[in-house]
Amino acid sequence: MGTLLQVKGLKTQFFTQDGVVNAVNGIDFDLNEGETLGIVGESGCGKSVSVLSLMRLIPSPPGRIVGGEAWFQGRDLLKMSEEEIRSVRGNKIAMIFQDPMTSLNPVLTINQQVSEALELHLGMDKRQARKRTIELLEMVRIPDAANRVDDYPHQFSGGMRQRVMIAMGLSCNPQLLIADEPTTALDVTIQAQIIDLVKQLKKEIGMAVIWITHDLGVVAGLADRVNVMYAGYIVESADVKDMYADPRHPYTLGLLGSIPRLDAERKAKLTPIEGLPPDLIDMPPGCPFAPRCRYAIDRCLEENPKLETVARRHSVACWVDVTGGKR
Amino acid sequence: MPENEILLEVKNLKMWFPITQGIIFQRHIGDIKAVDGISFYIRRGETLGLVGESGCGKSTTGRAILQLYRPTAGDVYFEGKNLCKLKGEELRRMRRKMQMIFQDPYASLNPRMTVGDIIGEPLEVHNIMKGKELRERVMELLEIVGLNRYFINRYPHEFSGGQRQRIGVARALAVQPDFIVCDEPISALDVSIQAQIINLLEELQAKFHLTYLFIAHDLSVVRHISDRVAVMYLGKIVELTTRDKLYSDARHPYTQALLSAVPIPDPVVEEKRKRIILVGDVPSPANPPKGCHFHTRCALKIEGTCDVVEPEFKDIGGEHWVACHRVA
Repeated sequence: MGTLLQVKGLKTQFFTQDGVVNAVNGIDFDLNEGETLGIVGESGCGKSVSVLSLMRLIPSPPGRIVGGEAWFQGRDLLKMSEEEIRSVRGNKIAMIFQDPMTSLNPVLTINQQVSEALELHLGMDKRQARKRTIELLEMVRIPDAANRVDDYPHQFSGGMRQRVMIAMGLSCNPQLLIADEPTTALDVTIQAQIIDLVKQLKKEIGMAVIWITHDLGVVAGLADRVNVMYAGYIVESADVKDMYADPRHPYTLGLLGSIPRLDAERKAKLTPIEGLPPDLIDMPPGCPFAPRCRYAIDRCLEENPKLETVARRHSVACWVDVTGGKR
Repeated sequence: MPENEILLEVKNLKMWFPITQGIIFQRHIGDIKAVDGISFYIRRGETLGLVGESGCGKSTTGRAILQLYRPTAGDVYFEGKNLCKLKGEELRRMRRKMQMIFQDPYASLNPRMTVGDIIGEPLEVHNIMKGKELRERVMELLEIVGLNRYFINRYPHEFSGGQRQRIGVARALAVQPDFIVCDEPISALDVSIQAQIINLLEELQAKFHLTYLFIAHDLSVVRHISDRVAVMYLGKIVELTTRDKLYSDARHPYTQALLSAVPIPDPVVEEKRKRIILVGDVPSPANPPKGCHFHTRCALKIEGTCDVVEPEFKDIGGEHWVACHRVA
C-alpha cells in the first residue's frame, strides 16, 4: 500500500480584526491508499480548516495557508496554480460536507448538479452524463433513481440529500473522499445508513477516506487510523484499536471519559474535562491543553511538546507519560 | 415524602397542529399529529428519558406538559391537579413548580439582558422577591451552577456555550421547581462540555430532589442520565422501560434498530456488532401510516395486522410497556 497523501507542517491562519487566529498550527500526517483516516476533535480545533486547506478552499482574505506541503500523487497541492487545483478538486479528491441542505443548489435539479462534474471533468455530453448520474444514484441506493433524477433537492429527505452529495463526490472515481462531519445533521438511524453505504462503496471502489467528526463512536466503527486534534495541533495519532485500547494523550483520555457508552453496565459518573479550549488568537505559550490537563507539570506551561512516536504507528504530543512510565 | 409518589401523570395526550389553506378564509384541511395519544407517569425524584429522532414529537410533548401549547386532547396531572383544565392565575401558580431548560443556549437567553436580569426574572414575575434580596439570591444561584457570583452584571455574549447553558439552568432553578423539562440541554455543546452539564444536572437533582423529563436524541446520554426511558416514534411512545432493560431487553423493533444504530466508542465492540439498518425515512406526521406507525419500515411486519390495527401500549410487567403486535 503506497502513500497517497503526505502532509507536512501545514499551517493556516485567519487574519481578523481581533488578531491572528491560529487555526492550524503545523500538522503532519500521512494517508495510505485505500485507508480511512478519522480526524476527531471539538469545534474550533482545526479539523475542518486543515482539510479545507488541502483542497485550497480557505476563503482568502481573511484566511491564508502560511506554510507547509501536501504531497498528493507526487505533486504539492499547496503549490498548484488555481487551474491545476481545480482539476484535482471534485475529480481526484472529492469532498462532502456536513449540511446536505445547504450544499445543494435549491434551484437546480439533481441531474443538473451531479452531471456538472461529469461534463466538466470527464468531458461527457449531456446524455452520457444523465445516464451516469442515474447509475450513481443507484449506487448510493436511491430508490427509483431514473425517475427521481429530475427532482429538486427539496423533494429529497436529509439522508437522501447526503446520498446525492456522496454520488456527486464519487462521480469522477476519486482516489480520496473527504467527508466533513457528513452525518452530524442526520438522525442516528440515517447516520447508520450513510456509514454503512460509505463502507460498502469504499470496498467497491477502493478509495481512501478522510472522515472528520466530533463523535468518537462513529470513528471507532469506521476508521483504520485516527488523528485527535486540539487547538490546531494533532495531539495523538494511532491505529484505531490502539487509540481506544491504549490512549496516551490526556485529551484523548478526557474525551473517552466524558462520553457515556450505550453498553455501559451501570450508571457511573462521567469525568468531564474541566475548563474551556484556549482562545486561538491568544494561545498559551506551552501545551495548549495544559490549563485543562490533570497531568500537567511545569514544563507543559512553558514548552509545547512535539508529536513523537511512543509505540508502533502511535505518536503523541505530551511531556507526561500517562501510563505511569518515565519519559 | 413518600417513595414512589407519582408526581406527573400524562394520559392519552394529543397535540395536533392544524394545517390550513386559503388566505382570508382559512379552511382546516388536516392536522400535523405531532403527539398522538401518549400516556406515562413520572415519579418524584426520578428522571424519565424521552428519546426519538427529529420530528417524533418529543419536544412537543415537553411543551404540551408545561401547557406552553394547550394540548388538543388528554390530561396532564401534576401533583393530582389536571393542568389542562387550569387557566389564568391558577395555572401561573402551578408554573412555579415546573420549569424548562432549552436546547440552544445561544437563542434562549435574551442578549440585551444581563445575567442577573435573566436569572432574576422568574423570581420577579412570580413576586417571590425583589431588590437586594433578589440580587443576593441570583448570586447564590450562579454559584450553585458553578459560575462566579460576580458574573451577575455580564451579558450572555461574554459566555461560552457551556457557561450559557449553566445560566439557563440557574434560571430554571430560581423559583425552586419540583419538575424540570430538559429539552436537549446538551445537544448544542461540545463533547468535553456535555459531561460537565450532565454532571451538574445530576448533582442538582440529588441536592434539590428534582424530577426531570430529559428529552434528547442521543440514546447513550439518555440512558446514562435516566432511571426509565421512553422511546418515541412519529407521535407515539413505542416502548417504555427501565434503563437497564432498554439495553438488555428491548422488545420493539424500532427500539432495537435505534439501539443498534448508536455507535459505541470501541473499535473491538464495533467490529462484532450487527447493525439493523432501517430502510427509508420517517413518514410525515400529517399523514401517518395506518395501523402501527412503524410498519412501513419494520422488518417484522405482519401483513394484514400491523398495517391495519394500531397496537395497544401494553404493560408486559416489570415496568415495561411496549406497543407492538409481535410482543405478546
